[in-house]
Amino acid sequence: MSVLVYTEHSGGKFKKSTFEVVSYASAIAEKMGGTVTAVSIGDVNADELSLLAKYGASKVLNVTLDKLKTFINQAYASVIAEAAKSENSKVVILSASFSGKGLAPRLAVKLNAGYVDGAIALPDMSNGFMVRKGAFSGKAFADVSITSDVKVLTVIPNSYEVKENQKPSNIVEFNPPVADNDFATMVKDIIRASNKVSLPEAELVVSAGRGLKGPENWGMIEELAGLLGAATACSKPVSDAHWRPHEEHVGQTGIAVSPNLYIAIGISGAIQHLAGVSSSKVIVVINKDPEAPFFKAADYGIVGDAFEVVPQLIAAIKEFKAVHA
Amino acid sequence: MKILVCISNVPDTTTKIAFTDDHKNFVTTGVQFIINPYDEIALTRALEITEASGGSVTVINVGDASVEPTIRKALAIGATDAIRVNANPRDAYFVAKQIAAYAEGKGFDLILTGRESIDYNGSQVASMIGEFLNIPAISIVKSLVTEGTGITCEREIEGGKEVVSTPLPAVISATEGMAEPRIPNMRGIMSARTKPLQIIEPVEVAQLQNITGYDKPKPRSQVKLVPSDQVKQLVDLLHNEARVI
Repeated sequence: MSVLVYTEHSGGKFKKSTFEVVSYASAIAEKMGGTVTAVSIGDVNADELSLLAKYGASKVLNVTLDKLKTFINQAYASVIAEAAKSENSKVVILSASFSGKGLAPRLAVKLNAGYVDGAIALPDMSNGFMVRKGAFSGKAFADVSITSDVKVLTVIPNSYEVKENQKPSNIVEFNPPVADNDFATMVKDIIRASNKVSLPEAELVVSAGRGLKGPENWGMIEELAGLLGAATACSKPVSDAHWRPHEEHVGQTGIAVSPNLYIAIGISGAIQHLAGVSSSKVIVVINKDPEAPFFKAADYGIVGDAFEVVPQLIAAIKEFKAVHA
Repeated sequence: MKILVCISNVPDTTTKIAFTDDHKNFVTTGVQFIINPYDEIALTRALEITEASGGSVTVINVGDASVEPTIRKALAIGATDAIRVNANPRDAYFVAKQIAAYAEGKGFDLILTGRESIDYNGSQVASMIGEFLNIPAISIVKSLVTEGTGITCEREIEGGKEVVSTPLPAVISATEGMAEPRIPNMRGIMSARTKPLQIIEPVEVAQLQNITGYDKPKPRSQVKLVPSDQVKQLVDLLHNEARVI
Protein backbone atom coordinates (compact mmCIF):
# COMPACT_ATOMS: atom_id res chain seq x y z
CA MET A 1 0.00 0.00 0.00
CA SER A 2 1.32 3.40 -0.85
CA VAL A 3 0.37 7.00 -0.39
CA LEU A 4 1.07 8.96 -3.55
CA VAL A 5 2.08 12.60 -3.35
CA TYR A 6 2.39 14.98 -6.29
CA THR A 7 5.47 17.12 -5.70
CA GLU A 8 4.97 20.41 -7.49
CA HIS A 9 8.04 22.49 -8.29
CA SER A 10 8.71 25.96 -9.56
CA GLY A 11 11.58 26.21 -12.04
CA GLY A 12 13.11 22.93 -10.88
CA LYS A 13 12.99 23.79 -7.16
CA PHE A 14 10.51 22.29 -4.76
CA LYS A 15 8.47 24.74 -2.75
CA LYS A 16 7.89 24.69 0.99
CA SER A 17 4.28 23.62 0.33
CA THR A 18 5.69 20.56 -1.47
CA PHE A 19 7.67 19.47 1.58
CA GLU A 20 4.52 20.09 3.64
CA VAL A 21 2.48 17.65 1.51
CA VAL A 22 5.28 15.06 1.56
CA SER A 23 5.37 15.33 5.39
CA TYR A 24 1.57 15.08 5.45
CA ALA A 25 1.60 12.00 3.18
CA SER A 26 4.30 10.47 5.32
CA ALA A 27 2.19 10.87 8.50
CA ILE A 28 -0.77 9.15 6.78
CA ALA A 29 1.43 6.33 5.45
CA GLU A 30 2.82 5.63 8.93
CA LYS A 31 -0.71 5.36 10.34
CA MET A 32 -1.84 3.07 7.52
CA GLY A 33 1.30 0.96 7.56
CA GLY A 34 2.40 1.93 4.05
CA THR A 35 5.04 3.94 2.23
CA VAL A 36 5.12 7.25 0.39
CA THR A 37 5.75 7.49 -3.34
CA ALA A 38 6.33 10.95 -4.79
CA VAL A 39 5.64 11.82 -8.41
CA SER A 40 7.60 14.72 -9.92
CA ILE A 41 6.92 16.00 -13.43
CA GLY A 42 9.35 18.10 -15.48
CA ASP A 43 12.94 19.27 -15.09
CA VAL A 44 14.06 18.60 -11.52
CA ASN A 45 17.63 17.46 -10.95
CA ALA A 46 18.67 14.43 -8.90
CA ASP A 47 19.91 16.51 -5.94
CA GLU A 48 16.59 18.25 -5.64
CA LEU A 49 14.65 14.99 -6.07
CA SER A 50 16.67 13.35 -3.33
CA LEU A 51 15.41 16.02 -0.89
CA LEU A 52 12.02 14.31 -0.98
CA ALA A 53 13.43 11.30 0.88
CA LYS A 54 14.27 13.57 3.81
CA TYR A 55 10.56 14.16 4.45
CA GLY A 56 9.51 10.54 4.07
CA ALA A 57 9.25 9.65 0.37
CA SER A 58 10.77 6.19 -0.05
CA LYS A 59 10.34 6.24 -3.82
CA VAL A 60 10.29 9.05 -6.38
CA LEU A 61 8.71 8.59 -9.80
CA ASN A 62 10.52 11.03 -12.06
CA VAL A 63 8.53 11.99 -15.17
CA THR A 64 10.79 13.67 -17.71
CA LEU A 65 8.85 13.51 -20.97
CA ASP A 66 9.64 16.62 -23.06
CA LYS A 67 5.98 17.36 -23.74
CA LEU A 68 5.36 17.59 -19.99
CA LYS A 69 7.88 20.34 -19.25
CA THR A 70 5.12 22.92 -18.91
CA PHE A 71 1.98 22.39 -16.88
CA ILE A 72 -0.85 20.84 -18.90
CA ASN A 73 -3.74 20.10 -16.57
CA GLN A 74 -5.20 17.16 -18.51
CA ALA A 75 -1.87 15.48 -19.23
CA TYR A 76 -0.53 15.92 -15.68
CA ALA A 77 -3.75 14.45 -14.27
CA SER A 78 -3.35 11.43 -16.55
CA VAL A 79 0.27 10.90 -15.48
CA ILE A 80 -0.56 11.15 -11.76
CA ALA A 81 -3.50 8.78 -12.20
CA GLU A 82 -1.22 6.27 -13.95
CA ALA A 83 1.28 6.62 -11.11
CA ALA A 84 -1.48 5.98 -8.55
CA LYS A 85 -2.57 2.87 -10.41
CA SER A 86 0.93 1.46 -10.87
CA GLU A 87 1.74 2.09 -7.19
CA ASN A 88 -1.62 0.75 -5.99
CA SER A 89 -2.04 4.00 -4.06
CA LYS A 90 -5.05 4.27 -1.78
CA VAL A 91 -4.50 7.92 -0.91
CA VAL A 92 -3.30 10.64 -3.30
CA ILE A 93 -2.12 13.96 -1.84
CA LEU A 94 -1.57 17.29 -3.61
CA SER A 95 -1.01 20.83 -2.42
CA ALA A 96 -4.09 23.07 -2.66
CA SER A 97 -2.05 25.30 -4.97
CA PHE A 98 -3.58 26.87 -8.07
CA SER A 99 -2.40 23.91 -10.15
CA GLY A 100 -3.30 21.35 -7.49
CA LYS A 101 -6.86 22.68 -7.38
CA GLY A 102 -7.16 22.10 -11.11
CA LEU A 103 -5.58 18.63 -11.08
CA ALA A 104 -7.17 16.96 -8.08
CA PRO A 105 -10.81 16.96 -9.31
CA ARG A 106 -9.78 15.34 -12.61
CA LEU A 107 -7.74 12.76 -10.71
CA ALA A 108 -10.65 12.00 -8.41
CA VAL A 109 -12.89 11.27 -11.42
CA LYS A 110 -10.21 9.13 -13.09
CA LEU A 111 -9.67 7.10 -9.91
CA ASN A 112 -13.35 6.94 -8.84
CA ALA A 113 -12.09 8.52 -5.66
CA GLY A 114 -13.79 10.68 -3.07
CA TYR A 115 -11.99 14.01 -2.92
CA VAL A 116 -11.64 16.57 -0.16
CA ASP A 117 -10.15 19.88 -1.22
CA GLY A 118 -8.20 22.03 1.18
CA ALA A 119 -7.58 19.75 4.16
CA ILE A 120 -6.33 21.74 7.16
CA ALA A 121 -5.23 18.82 9.33
CA LEU A 122 -4.40 15.12 9.12
CA PRO A 123 -7.41 12.86 8.51
CA ASP A 124 -9.02 11.17 11.48
CA MET A 125 -8.62 7.47 10.65
CA SER A 126 -9.89 6.10 13.96
CA ASN A 127 -13.22 5.18 12.41
CA GLY A 128 -13.10 5.52 8.64
CA PHE A 129 -11.36 8.45 6.95
CA MET A 130 -12.55 11.88 7.99
CA VAL A 131 -10.97 15.09 6.80
CA ARG A 132 -11.49 18.60 8.14
CA LYS A 133 -11.63 21.47 5.66
CA GLY A 134 -12.70 25.11 5.68
CA ALA A 135 -16.27 25.89 4.62
CA PHE A 136 -18.40 28.99 4.17
CA SER A 137 -15.23 30.80 3.09
CA GLY A 138 -13.48 30.63 6.43
CA LYS A 139 -16.57 31.12 8.59
CA ALA A 140 -16.76 27.40 9.47
CA PHE A 141 -15.19 23.96 9.09
CA ALA A 142 -16.74 20.89 7.52
CA ASP A 143 -15.77 17.32 8.41
CA VAL A 144 -15.98 15.14 5.35
CA SER A 145 -15.92 11.37 5.51
CA ILE A 146 -14.56 9.67 2.38
CA THR A 147 -16.03 6.22 1.82
CA SER A 148 -14.45 5.23 -1.51
CA ASP A 149 -11.51 2.81 -1.75
CA VAL A 150 -9.17 5.44 -3.22
CA LYS A 151 -9.07 8.92 -1.70
CA VAL A 152 -7.75 12.22 -3.04
CA LEU A 153 -6.85 15.17 -0.82
CA THR A 154 -5.40 18.61 -1.33
CA VAL A 155 -3.75 20.33 1.64
CA ILE A 156 -3.85 24.07 2.34
CA PRO A 157 -0.33 25.61 2.20
CA ASN A 158 1.08 26.52 5.61
CA SER A 159 -1.48 24.43 7.51
CA TYR A 160 0.74 21.37 8.09
CA GLU A 161 4.31 21.61 9.34
CA VAL A 162 7.26 20.26 7.42
CA LYS A 163 8.65 17.26 9.36
CA GLU A 164 11.81 15.33 8.66
CA ASN A 165 11.49 11.57 8.34
CA GLN A 166 14.54 10.42 6.38
CA LYS A 167 14.19 7.45 4.02
CA PRO A 168 16.78 6.06 1.61
CA SER A 169 16.55 7.93 -1.68
CA ASN A 170 15.16 5.84 -4.55
CA ILE A 171 14.52 7.69 -7.81
CA VAL A 172 13.07 5.83 -10.79
CA GLU A 173 12.14 7.06 -14.26
CA PHE A 174 8.42 6.92 -14.93
CA ASN A 175 7.09 7.78 -18.36
CA PRO A 176 3.62 6.38 -18.96
CA PRO A 177 1.96 6.87 -22.36
CA VAL A 178 -0.24 9.98 -22.46
CA ALA A 179 -3.01 10.40 -25.06
CA ASP A 180 -2.56 13.19 -27.64
CA ASN A 181 -5.97 14.49 -26.66
CA ASP A 182 -4.50 15.45 -23.27
CA PHE A 183 -2.27 18.07 -24.88
CA ALA A 184 -4.96 20.34 -26.31
CA THR A 185 -4.09 23.36 -24.16
CA MET A 186 -0.87 25.28 -24.59
CA VAL A 187 1.00 27.52 -22.18
CA LYS A 188 1.94 30.64 -24.11
CA ASP A 189 3.60 32.63 -21.36
CA ILE A 190 4.34 32.66 -17.66
CA ILE A 191 4.57 36.05 -16.01
CA ARG A 192 5.98 36.18 -12.51
CA ALA A 193 6.61 39.19 -10.34
CA SER A 194 10.05 38.00 -9.25
CA ASN A 195 10.37 39.98 -6.03
CA LYS A 196 6.93 39.24 -4.67
CA VAL A 197 5.97 36.67 -2.05
CA SER A 198 3.04 34.57 -3.23
CA LEU A 199 -0.02 35.42 -1.11
CA PRO A 200 -1.78 32.03 -0.77
CA GLU A 201 1.43 30.39 0.47
CA ALA A 202 2.77 33.29 2.52
CA GLU A 203 3.81 32.78 6.13
CA LEU A 204 3.56 36.50 6.81
CA VAL A 205 1.06 38.89 5.26
CA VAL A 206 0.84 42.70 5.46
CA SER A 207 -2.61 43.83 4.38
CA ALA A 208 -4.11 47.29 4.09
CA GLY A 209 -7.52 48.81 3.52
CA ARG A 210 -9.36 52.00 2.79
CA GLY A 211 -7.74 53.61 5.83
CA LEU A 212 -4.72 54.13 3.59
CA LYS A 213 -6.75 56.75 1.66
CA GLY A 214 -5.25 56.10 -1.77
CA PRO A 215 -2.99 53.84 -3.86
CA GLU A 216 -0.15 56.37 -3.61
CA ASN A 217 0.22 55.53 0.08
CA TRP A 218 1.13 51.86 -0.41
CA GLY A 219 4.87 52.56 -0.34
CA MET A 220 5.06 52.06 3.43
CA ILE A 221 2.99 48.83 3.18
CA GLU A 222 5.39 47.44 0.59
CA GLU A 223 8.38 48.55 2.65
CA LEU A 224 7.03 46.83 5.77
CA ALA A 225 6.21 43.66 3.80
CA GLY A 226 9.66 43.72 2.19
CA LEU A 227 11.38 43.99 5.58
CA LEU A 228 9.40 41.05 6.95
CA GLY A 229 9.57 38.95 3.78
CA ALA A 230 5.79 39.12 3.77
CA ALA A 231 3.22 39.09 0.97
CA THR A 232 1.10 42.20 0.47
CA ALA A 233 -2.69 41.97 0.53
CA CYS A 234 -5.70 44.25 0.65
CA SER A 235 -9.41 44.46 1.43
CA LYS A 236 -12.19 44.24 -1.17
CA PRO A 237 -12.98 47.99 -1.40
CA VAL A 238 -9.31 48.57 -2.23
CA SER A 239 -9.22 46.06 -5.11
CA ASP A 240 -12.68 47.14 -6.29
CA ALA A 241 -11.35 50.70 -6.55
CA HIS A 242 -8.34 49.32 -8.48
CA TRP A 243 -5.89 50.72 -5.93
CA ARG A 244 -4.42 47.20 -5.82
CA PRO A 245 -4.76 44.17 -8.15
CA HIS A 246 -7.56 41.63 -7.58
CA GLU A 247 -5.14 38.87 -6.70
CA GLU A 248 -4.26 40.76 -3.49
CA HIS A 249 -7.90 40.78 -2.33
CA VAL A 250 -8.24 38.73 0.84
CA GLY A 251 -11.73 37.80 1.99
CA GLN A 252 -14.78 35.71 1.31
CA THR A 253 -14.86 36.48 -2.41
CA GLY A 254 -11.09 36.76 -2.74
CA ILE A 255 -8.19 34.72 -1.41
CA ALA A 256 -8.43 32.88 1.90
CA VAL A 257 -5.07 32.97 3.65
CA SER A 258 -3.60 30.97 6.53
CA PRO A 259 -0.34 32.71 7.43
CA ASN A 260 1.47 32.61 10.77
CA LEU A 261 1.04 36.38 11.01
CA TYR A 262 -1.54 38.65 9.38
CA ILE A 263 -1.08 42.39 9.92
CA ALA A 264 -4.20 44.38 8.99
CA ILE A 265 -3.69 48.11 8.56
CA GLY A 266 -6.64 50.47 8.13
CA ILE A 267 -9.11 47.61 7.57
CA SER A 268 -12.30 47.84 9.63
CA GLY A 269 -12.97 44.08 9.55
CA ALA A 270 -16.21 43.44 7.66
CA ILE A 271 -17.54 39.90 8.09
CA GLN A 272 -16.48 39.03 4.52
CA HIS A 273 -12.88 40.07 5.19
CA LEU A 274 -12.72 38.28 8.55
CA ALA A 275 -13.85 35.07 6.81
CA GLY A 276 -10.76 35.12 4.62
CA VAL A 277 -8.30 35.54 7.50
CA SER A 278 -9.88 33.34 10.18
CA SER A 279 -7.25 30.61 9.84
CA SER A 280 -4.34 33.01 10.38
CA LYS A 281 -2.39 31.93 13.45
CA VAL A 282 -1.74 35.45 14.79
CA ILE A 283 -3.60 38.61 13.76
CA VAL A 284 -2.40 42.16 14.39
CA VAL A 285 -4.80 45.03 13.76
CA ILE A 286 -3.77 48.67 13.36
CA ASN A 287 -6.74 51.01 13.10
CA LYS A 288 -7.50 54.51 14.33
CA ASP A 289 -11.09 53.56 15.19
CA PRO A 290 -11.13 51.72 18.55
CA GLU A 291 -14.61 50.42 17.66
CA ALA A 292 -13.41 48.72 14.43
CA PRO A 293 -14.85 45.16 14.48
CA PHE A 294 -11.46 43.76 13.47
CA PHE A 295 -10.14 44.30 17.03
CA LYS A 296 -12.57 41.59 18.22
CA ALA A 297 -10.93 39.11 15.84
CA ALA A 298 -7.34 40.16 16.61
CA ASP A 299 -4.64 38.89 18.93
CA TYR A 300 -2.72 42.16 19.10
CA GLY A 301 -3.84 45.65 18.27
CA ILE A 302 -2.76 49.25 18.10
CA VAL A 303 -5.36 52.01 18.12
CA GLY A 304 -3.72 54.69 16.08
CA ASP A 305 -3.35 56.41 12.74
CA ALA A 306 -1.69 54.14 10.17
CA PHE A 307 0.38 57.06 8.88
CA GLU A 308 1.95 57.44 12.32
CA VAL A 309 2.07 53.81 13.46
CA VAL A 310 3.39 52.12 10.30
CA PRO A 311 6.56 54.26 10.00
CA GLN A 312 7.27 53.52 13.68
CA LEU A 313 6.68 49.82 13.06
CA ILE A 314 9.08 49.92 10.10
CA ALA A 315 11.72 51.54 12.31
CA ALA A 316 11.13 49.00 15.08
CA ILE A 317 11.41 46.06 12.66
CA LYS A 318 14.65 47.50 11.23
CA GLU A 319 16.03 47.76 14.75
CA PHE A 320 14.85 44.21 15.53
CA LYS A 321 16.47 42.86 12.38
CA ALA A 322 19.73 44.63 13.15
CA VAL A 323 19.87 42.84 16.52
CA HIS A 324 18.67 39.44 15.27
CA ALA A 325 20.45 39.35 11.92
CA MET B 1 -20.88 30.92 -29.38
CA LYS B 2 -23.07 28.58 -27.36
CA ILE B 3 -22.21 28.96 -23.67
CA LEU B 4 -23.35 27.08 -20.58
CA VAL B 5 -22.88 28.86 -17.24
CA CYS B 6 -23.16 26.82 -14.05
CA ILE B 7 -24.59 28.74 -11.12
CA SER B 8 -24.78 27.92 -7.42
CA ASN B 9 -27.25 29.25 -4.92
CA VAL B 10 -25.28 30.41 -1.86
CA PRO B 11 -25.83 32.41 1.34
CA ASP B 12 -25.28 36.15 0.95
CA THR B 13 -21.72 37.16 1.90
CA THR B 14 -22.97 39.08 4.98
CA THR B 15 -24.55 35.91 6.44
CA LYS B 16 -23.56 34.86 9.94
CA ILE B 17 -23.23 31.11 9.70
CA ALA B 18 -25.11 28.94 12.20
CA PHE B 19 -25.56 25.18 12.51
CA THR B 20 -28.13 22.96 14.17
CA ASP B 21 -27.29 21.90 17.75
CA ASP B 22 -26.02 18.51 16.57
CA HIS B 23 -23.61 20.34 14.14
CA LYS B 24 -25.04 18.31 11.25
CA ASN B 25 -26.84 20.98 9.24
CA PHE B 26 -26.50 24.60 8.19
CA VAL B 27 -29.42 26.70 9.46
CA THR B 28 -31.00 28.46 6.49
CA THR B 29 -33.73 30.29 8.43
CA GLY B 30 -33.53 33.99 7.71
CA VAL B 31 -30.63 33.55 5.28
CA GLN B 32 -30.72 35.50 2.03
CA PHE B 33 -29.51 33.43 -0.93
CA ILE B 34 -27.71 34.87 -3.94
CA ILE B 35 -25.98 33.73 -7.13
CA ASN B 36 -22.48 32.65 -6.12
CA PRO B 37 -20.39 35.83 -6.73
CA TYR B 38 -17.80 34.04 -8.90
CA ASP B 39 -20.57 32.49 -11.01
CA GLU B 40 -21.95 35.98 -11.55
CA ILE B 41 -18.56 37.01 -12.95
CA ALA B 42 -18.66 34.00 -15.31
CA LEU B 43 -22.20 34.83 -16.37
CA THR B 44 -21.29 38.42 -17.13
CA ARG B 45 -18.31 37.41 -19.27
CA ALA B 46 -20.51 34.92 -21.15
CA LEU B 47 -22.98 37.72 -21.91
CA GLU B 48 -20.19 40.05 -23.05
CA ILE B 49 -18.93 37.38 -25.46
CA THR B 50 -22.35 36.59 -26.95
CA GLU B 51 -23.27 40.28 -27.18
CA ALA B 52 -20.10 40.92 -29.17
CA SER B 53 -20.27 37.95 -31.53
CA GLY B 54 -23.64 36.25 -31.21
CA GLY B 55 -24.78 33.04 -29.59
CA SER B 56 -26.67 32.05 -26.49
CA VAL B 57 -26.08 31.76 -22.76
CA THR B 58 -27.82 28.95 -20.90
CA VAL B 59 -27.57 28.84 -17.11
CA ILE B 60 -27.75 25.55 -15.24
CA ASN B 61 -28.26 24.88 -11.56
CA VAL B 62 -28.58 21.69 -9.57
CA GLY B 63 -31.10 22.31 -6.82
CA ASP B 64 -34.67 22.07 -5.65
CA ALA B 65 -37.51 24.49 -6.47
CA SER B 66 -36.37 26.94 -3.75
CA VAL B 67 -33.44 28.09 -5.94
CA GLU B 68 -35.68 29.45 -8.68
CA PRO B 69 -35.43 33.10 -7.55
CA THR B 70 -31.64 32.81 -8.02
CA ILE B 71 -32.12 31.28 -11.48
CA ARG B 72 -34.58 34.04 -12.40
CA LYS B 73 -31.99 36.60 -11.33
CA ALA B 74 -29.49 35.05 -13.77
CA LEU B 75 -32.13 35.33 -16.49
CA ALA B 76 -32.75 38.94 -15.47
CA ILE B 77 -29.04 39.69 -15.80
CA GLY B 78 -29.32 38.45 -19.38
CA ALA B 79 -29.11 34.66 -19.79
CA THR B 80 -31.15 33.27 -22.69
CA ASP B 81 -32.68 30.30 -20.91
CA ALA B 82 -32.18 28.12 -17.84
CA ILE B 83 -32.02 24.49 -16.77
CA ARG B 84 -32.65 23.26 -13.26
CA VAL B 85 -31.63 19.72 -12.41
CA ASN B 86 -34.16 18.80 -9.78
CA ALA B 87 -31.95 17.35 -7.03
CA ASN B 88 -30.17 18.17 -3.81
CA PRO B 89 -26.61 19.22 -4.82
CA ARG B 90 -25.04 16.87 -2.27
CA ASP B 91 -21.42 17.24 -3.41
CA ALA B 92 -19.28 18.52 -6.28
CA TYR B 93 -18.94 15.08 -7.88
CA PHE B 94 -22.72 14.77 -8.04
CA VAL B 95 -23.19 18.29 -9.40
CA ALA B 96 -20.43 17.95 -12.02
CA LYS B 97 -21.89 14.65 -13.22
CA GLN B 98 -25.37 16.20 -13.61
CA ILE B 99 -23.99 19.12 -15.60
CA ALA B 100 -21.81 16.88 -17.77
CA ALA B 101 -24.78 14.56 -18.42
CA TYR B 102 -26.89 17.52 -19.52
CA ALA B 103 -24.15 19.15 -21.64
CA GLU B 104 -23.06 15.96 -23.42
CA GLY B 105 -23.85 16.16 -27.12
CA LYS B 106 -25.57 19.57 -26.94
CA GLY B 107 -22.78 21.41 -28.71
CA PHE B 108 -21.76 23.92 -26.04
CA ASP B 109 -18.54 25.68 -27.05
CA LEU B 110 -17.77 26.91 -23.58
CA ILE B 111 -18.84 25.81 -20.10
CA LEU B 112 -18.18 28.41 -17.41
CA THR B 113 -18.27 28.13 -13.62
CA GLY B 114 -17.04 30.29 -10.75
CA ARG B 115 -13.66 29.41 -9.22
CA GLU B 116 -15.46 28.02 -6.17
CA SER B 117 -18.76 28.41 -4.40
CA ILE B 118 -18.55 30.58 -1.29
CA ASP B 119 -20.32 27.94 0.83
CA TYR B 120 -18.34 24.71 0.28
CA ASN B 121 -15.31 26.30 -1.41
CA GLY B 122 -14.49 23.15 -3.36
CA SER B 123 -13.04 24.46 -6.67
CA GLN B 124 -13.99 21.03 -8.00
CA VAL B 125 -16.87 21.27 -10.44
CA ALA B 126 -15.08 22.81 -13.47
CA SER B 127 -12.26 20.24 -13.67
CA MET B 128 -14.65 17.38 -12.97
CA ILE B 129 -16.92 18.43 -15.84
CA GLY B 130 -13.82 18.64 -18.05
CA GLU B 131 -12.86 15.11 -17.06
CA PHE B 132 -16.37 13.68 -17.49
CA LEU B 133 -16.57 15.20 -20.99
CA ASN B 134 -12.88 14.54 -21.77
CA ILE B 135 -12.23 18.18 -22.72
CA PRO B 136 -9.77 20.77 -21.37
CA ALA B 137 -10.54 22.63 -18.16
CA ILE B 138 -8.67 25.70 -16.96
CA SER B 139 -9.18 26.76 -13.37
CA ILE B 140 -9.12 30.16 -11.66
CA VAL B 141 -9.03 32.30 -14.77
CA LYS B 142 -8.99 36.08 -14.55
CA SER B 143 -9.09 36.95 -18.22
CA LEU B 144 -10.82 35.12 -21.08
CA VAL B 145 -10.69 36.31 -24.68
CA THR B 146 -11.84 34.56 -27.83
CA GLU B 147 -9.12 34.07 -30.42
CA GLY B 148 -9.89 32.44 -33.77
CA THR B 149 -11.59 29.15 -33.06
CA GLY B 150 -10.30 28.96 -29.49
CA ILE B 151 -9.78 31.11 -26.41
CA THR B 152 -6.84 32.52 -24.52
CA CYS B 153 -6.98 32.69 -20.74
CA GLU B 154 -4.89 34.17 -17.97
CA ARG B 155 -4.81 31.71 -15.12
CA GLU B 156 -3.62 32.62 -11.62
CA ILE B 157 -0.49 30.88 -10.38
CA GLU B 158 1.54 31.47 -7.22
CA GLY B 159 3.22 34.85 -7.53
CA GLY B 160 2.07 35.55 -11.08
CA LYS B 161 -0.03 34.40 -13.97
CA GLU B 162 0.09 31.90 -16.80
CA VAL B 163 -1.26 32.61 -20.28
CA VAL B 164 -2.93 29.47 -21.67
CA SER B 165 -4.70 28.93 -24.95
CA THR B 166 -7.15 26.15 -25.61
CA PRO B 167 -9.34 24.92 -28.44
CA LEU B 168 -13.06 24.63 -27.77
CA PRO B 169 -15.07 23.08 -26.26
CA ALA B 170 -13.50 23.76 -22.88
CA VAL B 171 -14.48 24.37 -19.27
CA ILE B 172 -13.24 27.52 -17.55
CA SER B 173 -13.63 28.59 -13.90
CA ALA B 174 -13.77 32.34 -13.37
CA THR B 175 -12.24 34.53 -10.71
CA GLU B 176 -12.21 38.28 -10.05
CA GLY B 177 -10.95 40.31 -12.97
CA MET B 178 -12.67 38.36 -15.77
CA ALA B 179 -15.66 40.73 -15.74
CA GLU B 180 -17.46 43.22 -13.52
CA PRO B 181 -20.81 41.72 -12.42
CA ARG B 182 -23.91 43.46 -13.77
CA ILE B 183 -26.99 44.61 -11.93
CA PRO B 184 -30.18 43.55 -13.73
CA ASN B 185 -32.24 46.42 -15.15
CA MET B 186 -36.04 46.70 -15.12
CA ARG B 187 -36.38 45.33 -18.65
CA GLY B 188 -34.24 42.34 -17.73
CA ILE B 189 -36.30 41.66 -14.61
CA MET B 190 -39.56 41.84 -16.57
CA SER B 191 -38.36 39.59 -19.39
CA ALA B 192 -36.86 37.04 -16.95
CA ARG B 193 -40.35 36.01 -15.90
CA THR B 194 -41.16 34.59 -19.31
CA LYS B 195 -37.78 33.17 -20.33
CA PRO B 196 -37.71 29.35 -20.57
CA LEU B 197 -36.71 27.45 -17.43
CA GLN B 198 -36.59 23.73 -18.05
CA ILE B 199 -36.64 21.28 -15.15
CA ILE B 200 -34.90 17.96 -15.69
CA GLU B 201 -34.45 14.95 -13.43
CA PRO B 202 -30.98 13.91 -12.18
CA VAL B 203 -28.91 10.96 -13.37
CA GLU B 204 -27.70 8.46 -10.79
CA VAL B 205 -24.26 9.07 -9.27
CA ALA B 206 -22.31 6.91 -6.82
CA GLN B 207 -21.76 8.56 -3.43
CA LEU B 208 -18.09 8.61 -2.48
CA GLN B 209 -18.17 10.91 0.52
CA ASN B 210 -20.47 12.73 2.90
CA ILE B 211 -20.26 15.66 5.28
CA THR B 212 -20.52 14.33 8.82
CA GLY B 213 -20.56 17.63 10.66
CA TYR B 214 -19.68 21.29 10.86
CA ASP B 215 -17.82 23.38 13.35
CA LYS B 216 -16.98 27.04 13.78
CA PRO B 217 -13.53 28.53 14.40
CA LYS B 218 -12.79 29.13 18.08
CA PRO B 219 -13.14 32.80 18.96
CA ARG B 220 -9.82 34.50 19.64
CA SER B 221 -9.03 35.51 23.19
CA GLN B 222 -9.22 39.20 24.12
CA VAL B 223 -7.05 41.42 21.93
CA LYS B 224 -3.87 42.67 23.59
CA LEU B 225 -3.61 46.39 22.88
CA VAL B 226 -0.25 48.12 22.57
CA PRO B 227 -0.14 51.93 23.01
CA SER B 228 0.40 53.70 19.69
CA ASP B 229 3.61 55.34 20.95
CA GLN B 230 5.05 51.97 22.08
CA VAL B 231 5.21 50.22 18.71
CA LYS B 232 8.48 48.53 19.68
CA GLN B 233 6.54 46.59 22.28
CA LEU B 234 4.49 45.01 19.51
CA VAL B 235 7.64 43.72 17.81
CA ASP B 236 8.78 42.25 21.15
CA LEU B 237 5.44 40.50 21.61
CA LEU B 238 5.46 39.09 18.09
CA HIS B 239 8.97 37.76 18.62
CA ASN B 240 8.91 36.55 22.22
CA GLU B 241 5.26 35.73 22.91
CA ALA B 242 3.63 34.88 19.57
CA ARG B 243 6.96 33.66 18.08
CA VAL B 244 5.96 34.57 14.55
CA ILE B 245 8.90 36.80 13.65
